Parts: sequence; C-alpha cells; structure tokens
Amino acid sequence: MAKVKSLAELKAMREKLQNTIDTRERGDNPEALVQVKVAMATCGIAAGAKQVMEHMMEKADELKLAIVFTQTGCMGYCHAEPTIEVKMPGKDPVVFGHVDNNRADEILTKYVMNNEMVEGIIPVNYETIG
Amino acid sequence: MINVTIDNKHIQVEPGTTILKAARQAGIDIPTLCYFELAGMKFENKPGGCRVCVVEVVKDFNGKPRRNLAPACATDCVEGMEVLTHSPRVINARKTVVELILSDHPNDCLQCEKSGDCELQTLAQKLGIREIPFKGAQSTYRKDQTLSVMRDVDKCVMCRRCETMCNTVQSVGALSAINRGFNAVVAPAFEMNLAESSCVNCGQCVQVCPVGALTLVDNISDVMKAINDPTKTVVVQTAPAVRVALGEEFGMEPGTIVTGKMAAALRQLGFDYVFDTDWSADLTIMEEGTELLGRVKKFLNGEKTALPLFTSCCPGWVSFYEKNFPDLLDYPSTAKSPQQMFGAVAKNYFAQKIGVKREDMVVVSIMPCLAKKSECARDEFKVNGNPDVDFSLTTREFAHMIKQCNIDLNNLPEEDFDSPLGQSTGAAVIFGATGGVMEAAVRTAYEVYTGKPLANIDLEVVRGLEGMKEATVDFNGLPVHVGVCYGLANARKMMEEVRNGNPRGFHFIEVMACPGGCIGGAGQPYHHGNSDIIRKRMEATYREDAGKPIRKSHENPDIIAIYKEYYGEPCGHLSHEQLHTHYFDKSQHVEACGE
Amino acid sequence: MHVLCCGGTGCHASASAQIIENFKQILAEKGLQDEVQVVQTGCFGFCEKGPIVKIMPDNTFYTQVKPEDVEKIVNEHIIKGRKVTDLLYMDPENQEHVSDSKHMGFYRKQLRIALRNCGFVNPENIDECIARGGYEGLGKCLTEMTPQQVIDEVTKSGLRGRGGAGFPTGVKWGLCAKNKCDEMYVICNADEGDPGAFMDRSIMEGDPHSIVEAMAICGYAIGATHGLVYIRAEYPLAIHRLQVAIAQAREYGLLGNDIMGTGFNFDIELRYGAGAFVCGEETALIHSMEGKRGEPTFKPPFPAVAGYMMKPSNVNNVETFANVPIIITKGADWFQTIGSEKSKGTKVFALAGQINNVGLIEVPMGTTLRDIIYEIGGGIKGGRQFKAVQTGGPSGGCLTTKHLDTQIDYDSLVAAGSMMGSGGMVVMDETSCMVAIAKFYLEFTCEESCGKCSPCRIGNKRMLEILDKITDGRGTMEDLQELRNLAAVIKDAALCGLGQTSPNPVLSTLDNFWDEYVEHVVDKKCRAGVCKKLMRYEIDKDKCIGCGKCAKNCPAEAISKTNYIAEGHKLPSMEIDPTKCIKCGACISGCKFNAISVK
Repeated sequence: MAKVKSLAELKAMREKLQNTIDTRERGDNPEALVQVKVAMATCGIAAGAKQVMEHMMEKADELKLAIVFTQTGCMGYCHAEPTIEVKMPGKDPVVFGHVDNNRADEILTKYVMNNEMVEGIIPVNYETIG
Repeated sequence: MINVTIDNKHIQVEPGTTILKAARQAGIDIPTLCYFELAGMKFENKPGGCRVCVVEVVKDFNGKPRRNLAPACATDCVEGMEVLTHSPRVINARKTVVELILSDHPNDCLQCEKSGDCELQTLAQKLGIREIPFKGAQSTYRKDQTLSVMRDVDKCVMCRRCETMCNTVQSVGALSAINRGFNAVVAPAFEMNLAESSCVNCGQCVQVCPVGALTLVDNISDVMKAINDPTKTVVVQTAPAVRVALGEEFGMEPGTIVTGKMAAALRQLGFDYVFDTDWSADLTIMEEGTELLGRVKKFLNGEKTALPLFTSCCPGWVSFYEKNFPDLLDYPSTAKSPQQMFGAVAKNYFAQKIGVKREDMVVVSIMPCLAKKSECARDEFKVNGNPDVDFSLTTREFAHMIKQCNIDLNNLPEEDFDSPLGQSTGAAVIFGATGGVMEAAVRTAYEVYTGKPLANIDLEVVRGLEGMKEATVDFNGLPVHVGVCYGLANARKMMEEVRNGNPRGFHFIEVMACPGGCIGGAGQPYHHGNSDIIRKRMEATYREDAGKPIRKSHENPDIIAIYKEYYGEPCGHLSHEQLHTHYFDKSQHVEACGE
Repeated sequence: MHVLCCGGTGCHASASAQIIENFKQILAEKGLQDEVQVVQTGCFGFCEKGPIVKIMPDNTFYTQVKPEDVEKIVNEHIIKGRKVTDLLYMDPENQEHVSDSKHMGFYRKQLRIALRNCGFVNPENIDECIARGGYEGLGKCLTEMTPQQVIDEVTKSGLRGRGGAGFPTGVKWGLCAKNKCDEMYVICNADEGDPGAFMDRSIMEGDPHSIVEAMAICGYAIGATHGLVYIRAEYPLAIHRLQVAIAQAREYGLLGNDIMGTGFNFDIELRYGAGAFVCGEETALIHSMEGKRGEPTFKPPFPAVAGYMMKPSNVNNVETFANVPIIITKGADWFQTIGSEKSKGTKVFALAGQINNVGLIEVPMGTTLRDIIYEIGGGIKGGRQFKAVQTGGPSGGCLTTKHLDTQIDYDSLVAAGSMMGSGGMVVMDETSCMVAIAKFYLEFTCEESCGKCSPCRIGNKRMLEILDKITDGRGTMEDLQELRNLAAVIKDAALCGLGQTSPNPVLSTLDNFWDEYVEHVVDKKCRAGVCKKLMRYEIDKDKCIGCGKCAKNCPAEAISKTNYIAEGHKLPSMEIDPTKCIKCGACISGCKFNAISVK
C-alpha cells in the first residue's frame, strides 16, 4: 500500500472508498446482495457472536445467498447479545438481538429470502454523527 | 521572594519553599511522620503518604480555598497563599489519621526497642491521643532478620523512608512496597528473606525508621554473658565515631567528646582489656597506604595493576561491591577493616602475649555500625570456627548497657585506654568522618613516598558533608588523584566510572556507606533527620584530631613497635596472613531480587 | 406490510401480548394474514408511552395502544391507509402529532459521537474508517492549522476529560505544550477499571482508528512525537484491534515519519497494565509504565511538567480522544451546540443493574436521569420501583428519586453527591440494600487501594469493618457517627483521586438512605432482604400443617415441633429457633403450604 501523501489524497481516497463500499452494498446484482454486520466486541464474542457468524456464513453458502459478512464493534445492545444488523438492498438496516444458530437460520430463510419479519427486532434508538 | 500567610503570620519565603518549611521559618512546627530530610545531604523523603502534616489552604493561587487538605511537606507555597495549620478541620483530620495509624499498630510500646525514641509515640503524645476509636483487623507479617537488621513489619507505618534510603541513597534496592491496600508493606522482592536479598546490612533503613518496624539485632546479652564468665578474657575495642556520639544518649550536646568517660564506663562494665579501634585504624593506614603506593609504583612502571584503589574499611560497602561489582573485586584494598585487624591482632599477637588461649578470649567491638555485626560473622574472619571478633555492639546498645548497669556517664572521671592496643593518632580519629580515611592515608603515604614531612597535614579539600569529592595531591611532582564519597548510590557511580575506564584518572577512592561516614552510621544514636547532629559529630572528630599530640599513623609508637616486634613490615608475609583478606562474587543475591 | 409490536418487559406488562393476539385475529378475519405480518420486537426503550406499535414500511409510530385499539388500526391504517391520529405520538414541545418515528425527539435522546463508528465500521479495516472520514481531522490539523490553533479549537469546543474528573481537555493540552521539550509524550489512559464499565473497551474494539488519529492530533498540538497507550492486559481484543489499527495506519503513512507529507512524525506503542484500578490515576499510570510500583504521587508536579520519564506528558482517556477527530472536522462551534452549559458534547454510559435495556448508551450532556432510565433503559425490570442509581463507580455515589430530573453533567452530579466517573451507571430497585451497596463499592476500593496513604489504606478498611458490623446487626448509632467522620476525613485528606472519592458511595447513601442505615442499626432489619444476618425465617403457625418436612430439610436442626395445633389441622405446627437458623432457605423451598416466610 502506498502511503497517503497529503490531505487531498486522503480525501480522494475517502471518496473512492465510499463508492466501493456503496457499490459493494448495491452490488452487481442489486436484488440479491445483502450485508450482514455482526457486533464483535468482547461482549458479543463472549455471548457467541463468532460461532453465530460462522454458522450463518455456512448456512448462507448452503442457501446460495450472496451476503457480505463484516464484523463491527459494539452496537450498544448488551441486553440482547449477540446482535447482528441486516441491510437489505434499498432498505433501512434492521437489527436482530439474541441471535443464536436457530434464529440465524430463521433470519436468513424468513427475512433475507422472503422479507418476512422475525421476532426480536431491536429498534435502533440512537442517532449517529456521520 | 513570595508572600504567604500561615496561621495569620505573614512571612516571605523563597519560591519553591514548601508550606512545611515556610511554617518552620515562621516558628510553627507542623507535625510530620513520613517526611524525612537530612538538610544539606541530598536526602529527602516526602511521599506525602502519612497525611499527618495536612493543612488547610484557605486561599490558593487562584484566590479560592483549596477543596482538599494539602500535605504541607509536599505542597509548595505560592504568592498570596493563606494557610491554617490548626483549624478544627485540620486538627480533626490529623487526629483521625494518627488514630487510624495507631489502630493498625501493635501498640506494645513498653517492650518496643524504639520506646522513647519513636516518632509515632511522640506524635500521639503531641496530639493528646487518649483512645483509639477504631477496633479492627491488624496487619500481620512474618518477622525476618539478618545478622544486623530486625524486621517487624507489623509496626510499619508505610512512611517509605527505608525505601528511599535503600533505593535512592544506597541504590541497594532491597526494600520496596509490596501488596495493596491494607496489606501493603515494605519488603524485599518476592518476599524473600532480607538476608538472601541484595541487602548489604548498612542499616540505614533502621536509622531512619520512625517506629520499631526496623531495628537492630541486639547482642547485649551475649556480651554480658561473656563478661560474667570467669573463664573468658573479654577484650573490647571502640570505633572512632562512637566517642563523638555516645554522649547524646546521656543528654549531652551533640559533638561532645566522651573518649575518657567511655573508657572508664567500659572498665566499670567489667571488660578485662579496654582497647581502641583507633589503634588498629593506624595499623590499617600502614597496610592500605603501603598497598596504595605499591599499586601506584606498578602503575608508573607500566605494569598491570588495579587502580584506583578503593578503601575497604566499610563492611556495607564491601558487601555492596561483592554483590554488585563482581568483575571489579581486584580494585578494593585487601586490607581488613580496623575492626577485623584489631580482632586478628588481639586473638593472635595479644592472646599469645598474655598467655590466653584463642578460645578463651572474647573480642567485643563497639561500633557506630550495623554492618559490623555481619562483618565479624564472615567465615574468612574465623579460625576453626572461632571468630576474630566475637560480638559487635552498636553505640546505642552500648548506651543501653551503661544505663542497665547504673553507670552515670555524665559524672564519670575520665580514664585512658589500656596498652598496648590503646594508643592512637589523630589520623585514626578522623576515620569516623567521610574523607577521614583518605586524609589519614595521604598523611602517611605522602611522607613514605616522598620521604619529606607533609607541610600542611589538614587536607581540607576532602573534608565536609559533600556526597562526592575529588582532589589532587602533589606527591612531590606526582599528582595523586583522590576521590571521596559516601552513600552507596554515589559509590555505584564511582564504580561504574571505573568500569568505564576511570576517565578522571583516580588513584585512590574512599567509600563509606553511611551519610557523613561512620558518624552517621546506623548504630549511632538516632538523629531523626537532624543533619546538624551529624555536622557536630564531624566537627568533634576534627577537634579530637587537632588536639592529638601525634597525628600521623606511621608515627604511632605502638604501631612502630608491633611491626618491629611481630609483623616485620607492612604488607609483609605475616601481615598478609593476618591483616588482609579477599572478596567473593555474591552477585547471586542481586540476581535473586530480579535486577 | 409489517406490524411491529413491542415485546419489551414494560409493554408486555401492559398487554402487548393481547395486542398481538388481537392483530392476528382481526387480520385473519379480514383475510390479510398473508399480506400483513405481525412481529414482536425487542424493547423500543420508550416504555413510558407503551405499548408501542409500529407499522412498516411507513414508520408510523403508535403509542399507548390498547387491545381494543387494534381493530381501528387495522380498519383505518392497514385497510384504508389513513393514520389513526389520536394514537400517534404527540411532541410535548409543540403539541403536534408525529407520525414518522424518524422525526420523533425520542430518537435524539441518544446521540453517538464518541461511538460514531462503533457497530458501523469494521474496526480491522482502515479503508472503512477512511470512508467514514477517518484521519481527515489529522490531515486538517497538519495542513491547515498551527498547533496552537488545534489547542484553541479543542479548548473552544468545551470538551472535558471523560475519565471522570472533567478537566478541560484543551487547557490540559495547552499546559503541556507550554513545557516544550525535545522528548514529550501523548498517553492514552485505557486502564478502564470501574466495576461494570466498558465504555473505553467498546470504543477501542469498535473504532480503534479514532484513538490513533486523536493521539496523533494531540501529538501535533503539544509537540510530541511519541504516543503510549496504557491498556489493561485483560482487554485482549481491544489490544489486538489497536495493534491492527496502528499497523494499518503505519502502512498508510498515517503514523510514523513524515505523516501525509507534512514532516510531522508520530508513532504509538502499547503498554500493558496488570489490572490495578489505581493505575487509572494518571501519576500511578505513569509510574506503572516506567516499571515502578503503580502508586500515585502528589501533584504538582503535574504530568504536563514531569510525566513519563520525567518528561512533559499529556494523559487523556480513551473516550476523550474519541471525541477529538470529529471536533476538528466538524468544528468547535458544532460541538458546542451539544450538551449543557458547562459540559459540552455527549457521554457514554454503561447502563446496568435492574434495568430492562442494559447496554452501552451515549447521551448529550444535560440529559436527565429519568430519560436515561425510562426512555433509553426501558424502565425497571419486572415493573418494580426505582430506588437508586449509582454513577461514577467506586468514586461515585447513589442518587435517588429526587435526583431523577437532574440534568447530568460533571458539575450537577458532583453537586448531587456523586460524580461522572468514567461512565458506569447502575440502576437499583427495591431489592437492593443500600448499606450492602455501599459495602460492595468500599470492598472494591479496599482491594484496589495502593496502600500509600494512611487515610485510604487504613481508613477505608475501618469503614468497611463498621459497615460489616452494621450489616451483621452489630452496629450502633455511634458507628454511624464514626462512619461519617471517617468518610469526611478520608475525602479531605487522602492523597489521590481514588482515596478522596472512595467514601462517596458511603456518604451518598448515608445522605439519601439514612433511614435504611437506622433500620439496620436500631431495628436490626434489612428491608431489601439482602443482609443475611438480619433476616429472620418464621413459620406461620396457622398455615403450618405440621408435616415436618422443613425440619427434615434443615441442616442446622433449628426446626422443632410446638404444642400448638391450628384449627382444622391434626398435627402441631413447627417453629424455627432463630439462634440456630443459618438462613439457608432449605425450609422454604421444601414447604408446600407457604407457611414459611422471611422477615
């Protein structure tokens, strides 16, 4: 990786990266590409987030779903770990709490595949500075 | 100068003055416990830990009162500051703090070695503490001792003076705080026994301990037993620094010289022969001075030799270099210390002379020192298990013995030491002060080397309470570069310098472990941080020297006689056998402490 | 279409289950069960106005819905597409109904600034951070601002130290910058040690780059080229993520020599703490980093003058640093608009205890405790009564119902007898004994005191012993007096912040829950039933049928037969000898007749 040599270069890089991330979200196949973020701070991992993420990745393969999985930090819902956020193309992200392997399957088969809601959505209750 | 108001007294102080010192300047004595200073000797312990000296800052730099009480010892005055040292809030806090400390203290004052000399006791007395409102757990810790130092950490008040002494002043690093909270105590690394640690038994931790947590190992009963044993001939020797400090234990002014009274008291205690370590100090000069000249001559001839020569009178220092500088064991003089030279002469020459078997002679030394207790127990100073010096008592123990035996030192007529190991010169007397061994050695070495009398025998450049000194003495065209230091941290710097090729080109370095030399030794009466006491002992030392008819060791007639009669010549065959020693690599003790 | 019904404890208590049932039934009656899905969600956190029903996708937010309202919602909203106005949330400020929940003030109760990237970016991917504007603050400082301007901007923003004491960050930087020296240090205090607090850990795990960036900004501002993070060794994931972030930043030239071609050099090293609470105190932290015993020294000298290796050093906490880059990019003026008069910005809290939505929250300074507990935290568990909230961890105090409307910031919390601390917030209900709570925190301080100063070393131990006496039923009114005096002296005379604040939990409970102390001492009673030694097990002689099961279960042989036979019973009832009872509870769990109770 070449070093960032100026602020202008950093800003250009930001724009480029934003675009790639947007494209990644929209994907070549906007109908199918789904993004799943797993809260993987210590608390999430302790509650089993890692296993759930692995399980979910296997399950998604099995179901032939094109999903981008990423780890992220604490979402703040300690009362409902493990938590994952599912972002369907063109929709607001939805956060699910208390996700174990069964619920992960349910989220994939019901919400991701059929747009059916699944019990235990966590309503996002904060605003974030962009 | 800045203006401060303490207890409504307006005073001006130098910037950087603490509230405590400013108050003292104004005649207000704020009580302290952990705070400790040897003014002018670069020793200050102010962890701000005991919180006894807290004061109320009613007006701070910003014109507002300070939220919390401030420790007077660690808070600098600022312009316009207003301080109260005895407001109800302060008195309540101070009393509560002392009550708390007492609530975790064994309070066995009647049996405690420090009773009457304990700063916590004095503080409780001053604050009028009559009961301790708190009953609760007491911290307990195992007792531990070396041959010199007793540790009873139950009494520790965490003032950390010992730690500052051990780590900063001595750079020995044997003591530091361990554990947390209520269980925090000062202990050797990994809670090992002090005897197995990097401790060199200098005992300065004992000298500064405000309470009875660190005390000496008491040998009074051993000595009394020997005196009362009719089959034993008990010979006593007294070190140069004892005579200028002993009087303090009997209410005399610091710096009072009690040589004659001391000899009389020893005789009354029942010692069979009352001799003087000063005599063997003169002997030491003969041996060490000769060794120095030998090494210098070799050096001038381009032969390989260990220069500078370090003195080896101080057993704390000897232990220190054995533990920390095993690669430089060739540098210190092989001459035994005056205590051990005396013991060797007494049990070989003198025992033979008076027809007493070695086993039937007990040699006792009165020393300003705790390390001497460990020194006399070293294996190389024993013959078939019988030590040259059987027991070493400190000045304080000696004072206790005198008191125990109802002797009124103040009104005792002065007496002389016995012969033949009693006569000494001014050169021996000054062994007690830092720079003294150097000055004594120069007086002799100069005359022996040049064959001319020394014009001015007062070598002022090496005198005084500076921690590190250096001087060049012209030996008839040969510039002899000498160094003097006390405090083992200073000694460490000197040793490291030598290890790095001796860039300043020293020929001879005197090292003493204790502040100001032996006069500030750990076996001396407690000075409680008053460096004036050490200064007065030093002045007395030089006064005693100036008043002596003979002031050069090589002119001592008894010394001349013993070489003629017994040893032949300094550094000769017999003297090598009896008056010289060798050193051991003891670095494993330092490694054990994880350093 | 989706109907989201709040399934949080609060709403559940007020019939959300019935609401769901009604929705399902009515939708089925109308043949809409396949078109409209009814889902129970987690707590919306808005329990005060529960039960909540949200209709998606149009984000309509109905409050205080009753089971009988369901029909109307189905008929009007779902079938006809008309919102049921009288069930919409009414904005208390302008008395207008708000239909779209995105416009509800409630959602602005929490504002994530320090946590802005947590749960959003992949912390191990610098690209995602840069895409979110990471390192632009640093770039701006290095190319467009002088060090003094950076300090001025941070000062102007009003940012105060998030470690607890609230010292103005910009001023601290300025003090350090004054002591120009060839070797200076930027130190990040990541020795988070309050029991139950994990704000800093979450930031480091979720957004390590913001810390790296902020430390570099601070280095530029004060003239330092070395950064040190003092982090607890018990935070392996945070350590890993910081290491990854530092390595990535170096690779991108955002750390190291000649950052962004400006000639500015800065790099960061990690130092590990062994988990001593006192090492969060900045002088103790510095000593620990130097390899010495982690204990505080009296200030002055401040680290800004003689810090790490006796060189000028600036110590800031993780959360403080996390605010810095965004202050630079968005400006001090923007930051100033958030928060209360004297405390700007937001504060992250670890909300815990007897509260429904235990979690990590970030609120603007000036938010009331009531909002945090009832609107964000979703109220008290099991619908029980709120009793107290503990803020500031072992250094803080317990606040009570009368403080619920306190707008929390540094100064108001201190005025109320607690403190901000690093951000622990433990909510308690009637099942908590306030004497036992005070004891819990004091036990922690006693464990964690370094032992250097006598008030903290011995005083806290004595206070704990007095509290032990009280909870054991041996306390006297004189003990309460002594407790107060000791607490006052320790607060006044201890050496460092740990000692000076350690009596706060005791003092605040003495002030706010005096009656409970007196009950323990005089009546020998613990109303919360927490203090075991004060509990008494009693058998109701009229309920007891004399079966003797309790006596069989009792390991202490404390239960025996009496002579009393209650009406309608055949066997004499049992009784408990309180002097033998060990309060194990074995009798109660064995009794089928509810005849045994704890008093």
